[in-house]
Amino acid sequence: MNETGIGMIEWQPVFLSIKVAFASLSIVLILGVACAYGMRRWQFPGKAALEAIFSLPLVLPPVVTGFILLVLIGKQGPLGRVLENCFQIQLIFTPYAAILAGIVVAFPLMYQSVKAAFQSIDPKLEDAARTLGASEWRVFRTVTLPLAWPGVVAGIVLSFARALGEFGATIMVAGNIPGKTQTLPLAIYFAAESNDMTLAGLYVLIISLLTFSMILWVNLWTKKKNVPLPIKEVS
Amino acid sequence: MLSVDIIKNLPDFSLSIRFSIERDILVLFGPSGCGKTTTLRSIAGLLQPDGGRIVNDGEVFFDSTNKIFIPPRQRRIGYMFQDFALFPHMNVYRNIWYGVRDHDQEARQMYEKLTNLLKIGHLAERSPGQLSGGEKQRVALARALMAQPKILLLDEPLSSLDTETRREIRNELREMQRIWNIPFILVTHDPDEARFLGDQVLYMQKGRQVGLATSG
Repeated sequence: MNETGIGMIEWQPVFLSIKVAFASLSIVLILGVACAYGMRRWQFPGKAALEAIFSLPLVLPPVVTGFILLVLIGKQGPLGRVLENCFQIQLIFTPYAAILAGIVVAFPLMYQSVKAAFQSIDPKLEDAARTLGASEWRVFRTVTLPLAWPGVVAGIVLSFARALGEFGATIMVAGNIPGKTQTLPLAIYFAAESNDMTLAGLYVLIISLLTFSMILWVNLWTKKKNVPLPIKEVS
Repeated sequence: MLSVDIIKNLPDFSLSIRFSIERDILVLFGPSGCGKTTTLRSIAGLLQPDGGRIVNDGEVFFDSTNKIFIPPRQRRIGYMFQDFALFPHMNVYRNIWYGVRDHDQEARQMYEKLTNLLKIGHLAERSPGQLSGGEKQRVALARALMAQPKILLLDEPLSSLDTETRREIRNELREMQRIWNIPFILVTHDPDEARFLGDQVLYMQKGRQVGLATSG
């Protein structure tokens, strides 16, 4: 009855948080790299505005981001209705909404890191590849991405930590349904609120360990072989 | 024969240039900022001119009236950048092989021949950061020629080298041009270099050609 320590932990929020953080990270990785690449390569009207929108979740309070998402994907929201009517999908108050919140708040960190990394690449290197007969895809794969890789790794660490720790936007769109949408930060808040400081403390310990090990792993991994890229050109 | 007749509007002036070249060395000579590099970049397809035509042996690379623009990767024009632009994350070997389409016997022979001629065979495993200026220059030349270009463009190829290396490399450049027998277009602001290397020298000033000299 009087369980204390590890035995009293409800593990569901831990697993859910890890799943949500990894799912958000994988989408943010692709989106962030693609957007940073597109913004660097093409000029189009409204580019400055789009750039500002990309960075908006970084400066807006997460609750505000959550509110905007809630309005968009809620049952009466424009996106919510399209998803409901066309695909019979209801996003709101599901773990997918938590992933969406993670994506939105983590995206600017990935985007900014990758953008800075792309900017630091000498365009002559890419031009050299082009004159050597490389297609744009090959230039990206063999020159741009490998040279930007340290920045991409930094973006991965930051985005993962951000998605894992997201609270404000998550509670707005995913709610706090224990066993279904309750992530670690939410579990910490509600444990502390109900004065269960031991449980809150244990969760805090877990989330700290998770972020710490992520950073440690990335640091060791990049140090091991001077920033390797998981893509190797066949030659 | 390569014939170039292009107009490009630049912030300070409008570049207007017209020349043709057979299988020899053409030097574009003039002060910095007179449009030499812009001319090279236009020929390579890294930059689109505002008007005119670029044709090589009947193959149209650019034609503003017929809206033809062939991207650089299809032009087979080698380009040696001023600071060589070697890929810093690849070793010398991978740099040199980057532009090779078929890794066949012929390519391997060409690699042997180039590395012997340029004396860079022993550098294969080095990274570009571990090379001297002259070595970088030779590797960049080998990389450009390995892609079997029909024309080679060289932007200030000797400017970052010391006097001794400069003398060696300029002799090598002449020799390579003779062996490969393709047009070389070389940009310089050094009159000695222009005289020594150029079969033809095109004098440029603020976007205009002001004279053409043919040696020999």
